[in-house]
Amino acid sequence: MAAFEGLTSRLQSVFGKLKGKGKVGEDDIKEAMREVRLALLEADVNFKVVKQFIANVKEKALGQEVMKSFTPGMVIIDIVNKEMTALMGGEQSKLAKANKPPTVIMMVGLQGAGKTTTTGKLARLLQKQNHKPMLIAADIYRPAAIKQLQVLGEQINAPVFSLGDKVSPVEIVTKGMEHAKEHHHDYVIVDTAGRLHIDEALMDELKQVKEVIKPNEILLVIDAMTGQDAVNVAESFHQQMELTGVVLTKLDGDTRGGAALSVKAVTGTPIKFAALGEKIDALEPFHPERMASRILGMGDMLTLIEKAQSSIDEEKAKELERKMRKAEFTFEDFLEQMEQVKKLGPLDQIMDMMPGMGKMKGLKNLNVDERKLAQTEAIVKSMTTVEKRNPEIINASRRKRIANGSGTSLRDVNQLIKQFEEMKKMMKQFSGMMDGKSGKKMKNKLAKGMKFPFGG
Amino acid sequence: MSFFKKLKEKISKSTDTVTNKFKEGLSKTRTAFTEKVTELVFRRKKIDEEFYEELEEILITSDVGVNTVMDLIDDLRQEVKERKIEESAELQPILSEKLVELLQGENENSDINLPENELAIVLFVGVNGVGKTTTIGKMAHRLKQQGKSVMLAAGDTFRAGAIEQLEVWGERVGVEVIKQQAGSDPAAVMYDAIQAAKNRNVDVLLCDTAGRLQNKVNLMEELNKIYRVIRREVPSAPHEVLLVLDATSGQNALTQAKLFGEKTGVSGLVLTKLDGTAKGGIAIAIRQELNIPVKFVGLGEKMDDLQPFDSEQFVHALFSGMMTEETVEKTVEEN
Ligand SMILES: Nc1nc2c(ncn2[C@@H]2O[C@H](COP(=O)(O)OP(=O)(O)O)[C@@H](O)[C@H]2O)c(=O)[nH]1
Ligand SMILES: [Mg+2]
Repeated sequence: MAAFEGLTSRLQSVFGKLKGKGKVGEDDIKEAMREVRLALLEADVNFKVVKQFIANVKEKALGQEVMKSFTPGMVIIDIVNKEMTALMGGEQSKLAKANKPPTVIMMVGLQGAGKTTTTGKLARLLQKQNHKPMLIAADIYRPAAIKQLQVLGEQINAPVFSLGDKVSPVEIVTKGMEHAKEHHHDYVIVDTAGRLHIDEALMDELKQVKEVIKPNEILLVIDAMTGQDAVNVAESFHQQMELTGVVLTKLDGDTRGGAALSVKAVTGTPIKFAALGEKIDALEPFHPERMASRILGMGDMLTLIEKAQSSIDEEKAKELERKMRKAEFTFEDFLEQMEQVKKLGPLDQIMDMMPGMGKMKGLKNLNVDERKLAQTEAIVKSMTTVEKRNPEIINASRRKRIANGSGTSLRDVNQLIKQFEEMKKMMKQFSGMMDGKSGKKMKNKLAKGMKFPFGG
Repeated sequence: MSFFKKLKEKISKSTDTVTNKFKEGLSKTRTAFTEKVTELVFRRKKIDEEFYEELEEILITSDVGVNTVMDLIDDLRQEVKERKIEESAELQPILSEKLVELLQGENENSDINLPENELAIVLFVGVNGVGKTTTIGKMAHRLKQQGKSVMLAAGDTFRAGAIEQLEVWGERVGVEVIKQQAGSDPAAVMYDAIQAAKNRNVDVLLCDTAGRLQNKVNLMEELNKIYRVIRREVPSAPHEVLLVLDATSGQNALTQAKLFGEKTGVSGLVLTKLDGTAKGGIAIAIRQELNIPVKFVGLGEKMDDLQPFDSEQFVHALFSGMMTEETVEKTVEEN
């Protein structure tokens, strides 16, 4: 299995070797760039985009204080992160508005990207802003695509215009636009059939539809799991359709989503929305900063931090920070953590946001299974206070007793203790990277945000 | 016999059976890839860093996993050193051989295995929008043409319009669809479908499931439950569990294969949308790391756009351009 390591640990291994040697040389920067490159390729950022990106970052790294810094890893991450955020940034999520309503939004993309679902979600979002969107079902090709849109429309109480699948899309949108104007809808969203960018006949049809509806927005819907081909798809759609924005779907998965960077790089159009689930509400403004740390395998730290800040005890967080730094973390803290984590919400989501979670070597077996979490809790609760505070004393006979007491197997207990040790090691790593001046702000953020919900 | 001779013979034997469809569908992949490699070999006479870098680019942009590519290139470097190779033309056969190895894996049985005298059950799994339902439609058509009686189970009770979509395919192909209401328990649908298939003496039951992302624990458990219900009703089933993969997808497909495999024991892959410009190279990494073979490829949205995967043909289609006639002749003569 490919072990996806986050950039954090990758750079740790580069600069870790330097410890004691002190000075960072040009060769070290080069090696660091190799790691950045690999991290980006593993995240599916397009090869050519990576090349350009690395060239930029390297230039900045050589020019900056990386070489003087005590924490070169942090400085490089900072540069990479900023560069990437800037690249994916720009104005987001603001939809264009027609001078004279209705504002027309056209959804385009490959088959299976998520256009229809996103159409429904976008309508929902507009409704929340007190608009009156109407949907046009112009996918006459995929079986039951119209039905799908109709069901979504019903769910949110938005009218769906359809003429069935025996009428051409051009005719559907012509009549649909008339209908929308008559009924004073201020927004019209047109769902089109998925198609290959190289399918000339279908791309022509799309251009004709565009002629009729004169859209204010043409949004390319693209699957966040897309690989290297994302650049070809986006470039080609952009060339033929003149896109105004991108929607990135299926971001609730565990993909690193490098396609976001590729698509932005080749089209230059802003990524306006991110789709994060199958529910009709699961559409959010795109956050370039979060996407950057995700691509880098550093987890969606910011989201986690936000969540954590609203639900986690400030005092306890400070105490944790101290313990993390000193690697004094015990099973008592662990239990405490689990309690706090439970307050944060659905565990699988939290785990997704954790840096490199489930992807780091040795932590792969940490499933976010709520039942397993209960098991973990039982094991820890079967430890004596002394054991919780001094995990190193838990020898074979103690382990046996703990297994019996918690109704688990010796294997379960062994596994948990091993994971606990791994976790401690990782904390040390993190806090090691956070030390020093440049890492100070980061450290504070992390202290509040970095909870270790390794439920086991 | 030399590698090229072997390959050449195999290819000429199978060329007749290569349908035009398959060739057409893969031609884009082939030309794009092999032109680049051929060009690379011709343009660069010397094997230097730039040569490796370009080779790496070709492989990585085909979505062959980064690790797989790095391993391959390390191997090549080793060979070059050991055999003291200097010209890129000499490296060509070695490179081809390695690529073929990567694609073929050990397990050559890429057909689906369906029992003859009992109800055969095939379960389709995968993430959202990869082409599960469409593939089932195509597969039903294919099996029917082979004279089998087929039934479909509408196990996607979640996505709006999913049941209707499968019903349209059922009508198109002329096979019965067993369904319940939207929102009902998919395991219960499977149970119903298995009983109906048994009662009507159907040969093959194709089971659709809702698309789900592999990191959703609850949905993966639901899938596991579907799997268990099938096992309980027909202990030898499911006879095939096909993971449908979008050829456009990147490295995440590897995680898909791993996690779906854990919950349902995936026995093969269907690589869809190969009629686009994506190369589907991640299938190579999956083969390498998890030893799951590709069994079918999807080459379009129509009923007959499903073809069995033939690794020889695939290799031929992907890499034949690398073996310029000259090289082949020379190698053949030498042996
Ligand atoms: N071009 C192309 N499109 C395909 C192929 N297979 C499926 N599709 C399309 O991909 C989209 C999603 O397919 P669907 O079967 O609904 O995916 P599911 O969600 O996995 O069941 C539909 O528009 C299909 O027509 C293929 O091999 N080539
Ligand atoms: Mg489906």
